[in-house]
This record gives sequence, structure tokens and C-alpha cells, in this order.
Amino acid sequence: LLGRASLLVSAALKEGRVAPTELCQRCLSLIKSTKFLNAYITVAEETALKQAEESEKRYKRGQPLGVLDGIPIAVKDNFNTAGIETTCASNMLKGYISPYNATVVQKLLDQGAVLLGKTNLDEFAMGSGSTDGVFGPVRNPWSYSRQYKEKSVPKSHSEDKDSNWVITGGSSGGSAAAVSSFTCFAALGSDTGGSTRNPAAHCGVVGLKPTYGLISRHGLIPLVNSMDVPGILTRCVDDAAVVLGSLAGHDPKDSTTIQDNFKPFELSDLTDVSKLSIGIPKEYHAPGLSSEILALWSKAADLFKNAGAKVIEVSLPHTRYSIVCYHVLCTAEVASNMARFDGLEYGHRSDMNKSTESMYAATRREGFNDVVRGRILSGNYFLLKQNYENYFIKAQKVRRLIANDFVKVFGSGVDILLTPTTLSDAIPYMEFIKEDNRTRSAQDDILTQAANMAGLPAINVPTALSERGLPVGLQFIGRSFQEKQLLTVAKWFEKQVKFPMIQLDEVKRHDHGVFQHQKSASFLEHRT
Amino acid sequence: LCLWGHPYLNSIFLLFFFFFSLTPWVPVVGLEIHAQISSNSKLFSGSQVQFAAPPNSLVSFFDASLPGTLPVLNRRCVEAAVMTGLALNCSINKKSLFDRKHYFYADLPAGYQITQQRVPIAVNGSLSYSLCIDNKMSQMVTKTVRIKQIQLEQDSGKSLHDDVRSQTLVDLNRAGVGLMEVVMEPDMCCGEEAAAAVRELQLILQTLGSSQAVMAEGQLRVDANVSVHHPGEPYGVRTEVKNINSIRFLAKAVDYEIERQIEELESGGTILNETRAFDSKLGCTVPMRDKEGKQDYRFMPEPNLPPLILYNARSLPANMNHQQVVNIDWIHERLPDLPSVKRAKLVEQYGILPEHSFTLLNEAGLTEFFEDVIKQTQMKPKKVIGWILNDLLSYLKQHSLTVKESPVSSFLLADLLNRLEKKEISSTAAKQVFAELWKGEGKTPLEIVKEKKLQLIQDQEDLERICQAVIDGQENEVMAIKSGNRKVLNKLIGLVQRETQGRSNPVLVKQLLEKKLSE
Repeated sequence: LLGRASLLVSAALKEGRVAPTELCQRCLSLIKSTKFLNAYITVAEETALKQAEESEKRYKRGQPLGVLDGIPIAVKDNFNTAGIETTCASNMLKGYISPYNATVVQKLLDQGAVLLGKTNLDEFAMGSGSTDGVFGPVRNPWSYSRQYKEKSVPKSHSEDKDSNWVITGGSSGGSAAAVSSFTCFAALGSDTGGSTRNPAAHCGVVGLKPTYGLISRHGLIPLVNSMDVPGILTRCVDDAAVVLGSLAGHDPKDSTTIQDNFKPFELSDLTDVSKLSIGIPKEYHAPGLSSEILALWSKAADLFKNAGAKVIEVSLPHTRYSIVCYHVLCTAEVASNMARFDGLEYGHRSDMNKSTESMYAATRREGFNDVVRGRILSGNYFLLKQNYENYFIKAQKVRRLIANDFVKVFGSGVDILLTPTTLSDAIPYMEFIKEDNRTRSAQDDILTQAANMAGLPAINVPTALSERGLPVGLQFIGRSFQEKQLLTVAKWFEKQVKFPMIQLDEVKRHDHGVFQHQKSASFLEHRT
Repeated sequence: LCLWGHPYLNSIFLLFFFFFSLTPWVPVVGLEIHAQISSNSKLFSGSQVQFAAPPNSLVSFFDASLPGTLPVLNRRCVEAAVMTGLALNCSINKKSLFDRKHYFYADLPAGYQITQQRVPIAVNGSLSYSLCIDNKMSQMVTKTVRIKQIQLEQDSGKSLHDDVRSQTLVDLNRAGVGLMEVVMEPDMCCGEEAAAAVRELQLILQTLGSSQAVMAEGQLRVDANVSVHHPGEPYGVRTEVKNINSIRFLAKAVDYEIERQIEELESGGTILNETRAFDSKLGCTVPMRDKEGKQDYRFMPEPNLPPLILYNARSLPANMNHQQVVNIDWIHERLPDLPSVKRAKLVEQYGILPEHSFTLLNEAGLTEFFEDVIKQTQMKPKKVIGWILNDLLSYLKQHSLTVKESPVSSFLLADLLNRLEKKEISSTAAKQVFAELWKGEGKTPLEIVKEKKLQLIQDQEDLERICQAVIDGQENEVMAIKSGNRKVLNKLIGLVQRETQGRSNPVLVKQLLEKKLSE
């Protein structure tokens, strides 16, 4: 049951085949037995059970609040949750309890969802591995799957059996791991440069980055305000549509959200793709793209072509400037956004009390890790009066060019772009930390970031397992506010590829009898 | 040529030249004025705005910069700024932008202030103000100062330094309150001009209701930029004078600073580009330790606020909710009369002197009081204004009361003036009645007149009898008058007045006496 799509579970709840409290209990105990994944920073056991009890009462009265009533969910620890610690995986906010709920959290609660806890991330979401938070790295559940174990051959018997575990990607690695290991049915992430789609790809789950302005950012502790969007991580595309429907729309507390009303939609099964035009941006054939993923990408393109869709190569010429442009814009906003953490109103405050200035300096040195401090330093450099024109203004102009590339391509009749989400499958932690955060972020965001620059909706759909038995995903990028079209195509694709279900012993133990193997035909096997 | 050859004119010319070579300085004064917007809630949050509330009782999550909070622009503040911009003849930018200005300070919780550095809401305006020459109300000149821009921005909180306990206490009640920063070009040249310009601005803001502009409550804060230079040369290095909390001090501070700079330069010194504070006790400006010394504010666009778009009747989208748009034309049509227009109307409508119109507007509520009296009395406005300015206003000043607090209402004054106009009482008696009314004992003018027996003798026969008695008793004076010394008649009038205890109409008495003497 835990491995099912939330829509199916919702039906089970409705029919009384499972009670919300039972579902919640099962998730909580699975969280405990998968603690080694380090997916959660805070598990809100008590409030979760209370919420489940409330939900149960509603079901008993026959008045559930909707599809999400009683569904256990998790939220990335950079969303404010009233009464539950919100840390951003930083010493700066360790122990910080917000007095209010982020709008997205409130909306989920209002619809009866059960909040299990807060998931791990890179400190202040700055990273692409979920390895750089004060609570330690998140482990990819697939590291412990039968699929991975079978294919990875230990180099020697003396080698620590545990050292082979792979990263989740990031920065929403905790949320991706939580959904992937069946400890919750859906999770919120955030996506600034790929932080939802990247870990979704590495953990084999659906990761949706909606159009900028479609979902409220109020209560999301910002990384880059002009690019941040709450992300949605689920097991399947249908679930993503359900969660999107419950979150999207204008929020009076976020002036950058759309004014128009948003109508939640149900995804229909696409039977005919012949009217679709799929664009394959050649620039996404980036240096470092693994041959495995390249092959998968072209197979996916063939899949559309064979089904009758028009598949054309397109060009987004400014994409190659995306990383450097992002670096300037991101760090500048980081420098600004982090200014409020001065130890006065909330969060960590240093004991240093020689002067206000020295207190600020010590507080920020103790509170932030090197990555955060490095970005603050760069950002302030770019914002200096003598540098502003040369860096910030230029970067903004380049951003406009990048966005215009998309406008042109979509204007030429292309409906959806198909690209890889990541350059390769997840790499072992020991491998990952050989490079610093900045290098990794620059590499890993390369295929995802342009969508943030342009504010476009994009989704990772788990596609196949790599030779090492790890998930690989592909990305679809849609037109602004055309989530319905994007998700419909993603759903069609999802159905074709039949991504295999993770086989975890822990899940089996907790969900015995109900846990079922899905047909394990992977996309690769299916096509070859 | 002929004129220049004139020995007298020549010497004037020389004197002129000599005078200028001794004081070859041109002072230049520009002002930056922060006016607190009169609004129920703050610029970007829903917290209330209130003066002297308990510390930190008016602080929303956003005001305290809690992580994840976002600014939401207060429509009322935008309207107030548009109104002010229109009143100051500015062009209103249909699209303006918000920026972040960064600096670390305890009373600035976010580490930046949201302001409008690049494209402010209003630009290129002007303000006309009048001032009198040599302190003579009758010689007024009108001057104009250009308004560079009006920008919307957040106020900071307040830091209170407790040196004894080496603590700083922070009150965030003011943090996030909406301000309009009005930037005036350096078109003024002395303290008096600066003061007159600010006073006119203050009146305009109060008329619009866009700011209460009470300086003592910090709702209007003025920083003066002062420099001096030789004619024909570029402007000198300027200093910025802060901490000016009254219009009187503004004039003093600016004049002091001009003198100081001239003395400094003439004694071979240089002027530093520094911030100085005005010490009202010592009457001088002193260097101020800058909050954090010279710094780079690292301006950046505020990413959480879309551009502020304003509409006019033409550009107003048809399908837009009226609650969500600000229509410049709509605001323009509803602008109240500005002080300059009000003054002109007063002069034209009531035939009063221009300087009287200034006095009327300078005192809050006085114009309304004046007009109320006019409505309720038959007395000519020209005469009423005398009572308002000479009697009512001087009583108010003496007792430090506002017009609202006056114990004599417009109704009572009108009643009194009507009795004077109907010649029920003399003007001397009227002054007495006014003094009684001021006591605020709830008596009507009629009651006072009766009580004090102040009514004029209406019975002509009575009056004739008294006049005859005076004539009979003053043979010498009568002789003098009859021999042509008309001045002596006044003495007789005085005697009749004394006899009647001021209850006789001097004009009538004069007529009666003349008639009797010519018999």
C-alpha cells in the first residue's frame, strides 16, 4: 500500500480499507527503520498522529476534505511550519520555530494532508547533492535497493560495504528520498536551479517545478526570490497534478503570484500524440552527458516519433551562458536575502558582545557554512557600485536572452521540450565530495537551470534504470502556465516507460502483504 | 554713459562692487524631506501605524523580517504618493520600481530598506512658496523650488542606546511605516527660504491628508544639504544637516551652517562632505558620527514586488478590478484645493489682504472658523478678519491653544459680531463681551451684555437729554467749538461716553451734539 500512488490510497481511505491513523503509523515506523537515509530533519510524530485522527473522524463522518485528506506528506525544511522546527539545515536556524505556516503548507493542511515532518537539504538549499547541511548528507534509497545491490560489485571484501551509497542529488534530497523510500506519498521541495528535478531524477520519482508565479512562495525561506518555486515530488504524474491543483493560485501574501484563478485539472489519458511537436534542444547535449543518458534521451525521442509526434531539433543558443549568469544573479540575491540573519530577532546569536558589529560578524560566521558565506561574499561583490553594471545588469540581460530563446522556440510551434534532467545517474557520496559545492552545483544544474531563468514549468519523469541499477530521468519543459499540457504529455510518457518500483527490504518488512512488485519492464528493456 | 558719469551713481556702483568682493559667497540649500504617510497600516504589511504605542506592539512577521515573509504593497500609500506628486506638479511615473538598499543596523531587521532608487513614483515637480521681505508681512515674494522626485520607502525602527548598561533596545513599531521622500533641488539660498518651502509643503501634505506632517512626532523629517560657492563657479562641497525637528530650527540650522562654511573657507579651511547634526540647545551644527561611515548600499531590484503600474482614464484596462488599480486621473479630479488656491480664493471672495490669507491658512482650522463666522453674520468679511486675527488669534496664542480648543465658538463670535453690527453694543463693549466669552462659562453674548449693562442706549430722547446736560456743563468748550475749534467736539463725545458708561453710539452722539450746537 505504501508504494501506491496517493490517488489509489485515497480511494482506499474513502472505502475504509485503511484508516488514516494506520496509514500514518505505518509511515512513521517506516521513517524510523529508514532513519539511516537521513531524509528527515524533524519527524513531527505527535502532530502527525493528531492530524491523522482528525482526518479519521472526517472519514467516519463521511466528510473528507478532498483527495489529500489523510495522505501523509513531508515538507522540505526551508518551508515555515508553525510549531514545528524550520532549520534550513543551518546552525543559523537550528531550533527556530516559526509562528506561521507557509501558504503551501497551510493549503495542504487545510485539505487534510498529514504532515509527517521536515526533510533534509543542503544548507539554505545551496547545493546539488543534499550533502552540505548541518545534519549530514541524505542517502539515496536506491543505494539499498535490490536493483543497485545486484549490479554493484564490491571491489574488495575489506571495503566498507556501506561506502558505496550514492547521493540523492539536491537540494531537495530529503524530500526525494522520502517519496522514493515510501515514507510519504508526496513531498514539497523547492526549485531554484533544479533542486526539485535533480534529486527527483536521482531518486526515481516525479519532480515538478511549476511556472514561476503559479504557486505562492510565502513562507518559503528564499534562495533566489526571482527563480524560487515550491516543487512537488510524487510517485507518479497524476499525483503531481493532484498536489499542484491543491497548491496553485493567487496568494494575497505573495505579490508575484498570478491574479487569475487557477482551475485544478484531472489528467486525461493521451491516446493520440500525433498533433504534438516535441523539441529537442541541441544545446542540452552538454559536455559530460553520459552516453547512457544520451542513448535514453534519443530513445525517448524515438518513442514520440514512432507514436506519430513531430520531433524536431531546436536551438536555445544562450543556454550555455546560463550557469555563469545564474551564479551572479543567485549570489547577489543570496547576499541580500541572508542579510536578515544577524542574530537579533531570531536564530543563532553569538556570545560575542564587544559591539553590535562584532556580534553580527561572529553570529554569521558561526551560523553559516562555507558555501553560504562564499555566496554572500560573491554576491556582495557583484552588487558593489563599481561592479553592478558589469555583473548584475549584464546577467539580467543574459537572463532575458535565455528566456527569449524559449519564447522563440515555443513561438515556432514547439509544444514541449524534451531533455535529460541530469548528466549521469547518481554518484557515490565519496566520489561526489571530491569536488566542492560550487563546482558540483555548476555541473548539476546545467540542464535544469534555464527553466528557472525563464520561469517555465518543467518536470522530471523517472524513465529507466542505469547499468548500475540507479534511476535516470528525463525532463519535459513546457510553456508558461501550460502545466496541464506538460503533465498530460509527461503522463503519457510515464505510461510508456513503465519505470520499475524500488525494491527495498525495509519497505517489504513494513508493508508485507500489500507491497507488490510492479511489472519490472524498464524502459530500456522494453525498447530493446 | 551719462549715467555712469554721474558722481553719485558711480559711488553706488563702487559700493556695490565693494560689498560683493567682501562677501563673494553664494549659499545653496537643497532639502530631503521624509514625510510619514498618513495610513492605517504600514507600507508592506498589515500592522497598524500609531504614534507612541507600547514598544514592539505593532510588529508583523514581515516587519520583524521573519524568514519567508514577503512584502505586499499598501494601496493607500501609493495613492498618498500620487496625490502628493500631483499637488507638487510632478509627472507621475506609470511604472515605478522598488529597490533594496543594504546596510546593517539594529533597527533595520531585514538588513535592507525597500525604497525606489531607480524609478521613483513621481519626478520633476515644483513647489511655490512665499516669504516676506525684512519680516514685513506686507512685502511678500513668491519663489519656486524644483522637486526632483518623490519616492516611496520604508521607515526603520528605533534604536535606544542605554549607555549605562551598554545596551541597545530596539523598537520596531515604526519599522516598515510608509514614507514619501521628497527631494528638493538646491534652489534655496538661506534658512528662511528653506523654512518657508518646508512650511508650504507641510500645509500641502496636511491639506491632502497624505501626511499629518507633525514635525514634533517625526512625521516630517528634514535633512538639509548646504554648500557655498563663488558666483560663476561650481557648487562647493556640501554637508548634510540632520536632526532638525522644527521649522524654526531648520532656518537656524541652515543659516548657521552657511555662516560656518563661509568662515571656514575664508580662514583657509576646507569643507568636508560630512553629515552634521543640529544641536538645538547650542544653536549650532556638529559633526555626526555616520551610522557606519562611508558605505556602498549595494542597491538591487526588489524581486518580490512586481513593477508598480499606475493607470489613467485612457490606459485603464476595462476588465480590471477597480480595487486593484490606482487611477491617476481619478485622484487628480478629487484633489482638494491647495493652500495657494485657497488663499487666492479667500482674497477674492472676501476681499481680505493676501497676508491675512497666509495667516488664516497657517493656523489649522482658522480658515474654517473664519468662514463659519462669515456664514452666520451680516458683518463684512473685511471687518470679521480683524476680529479673527487680532482678537481670537492673539487670545489663542496667549493661551497656547489651537483653534479647535478655542472656548469661543464660531457661533458665539458671530452672535457677538451681529450685535455689534446691529449697533446693540459699541465695539469697546464688544471687546469686553469677548473677554467674558473667553472664560467659557457658557454664557451667551446677550446674557453678558445684559449682566454687564453694555447695551447701547437705544432711546434717542434719553441720549439727547444726556448730550444736553454735557453741553450745559461745558460752557468754555462750547464756546471754543462755536468759534471754530472742532477738535474740542471729541472731548464732549468722550464725556457723553463716560456718562453712558460706553453704552452710546459715538457716531450718533456726534450727530446729536453737532445738531444741538448748531441750534
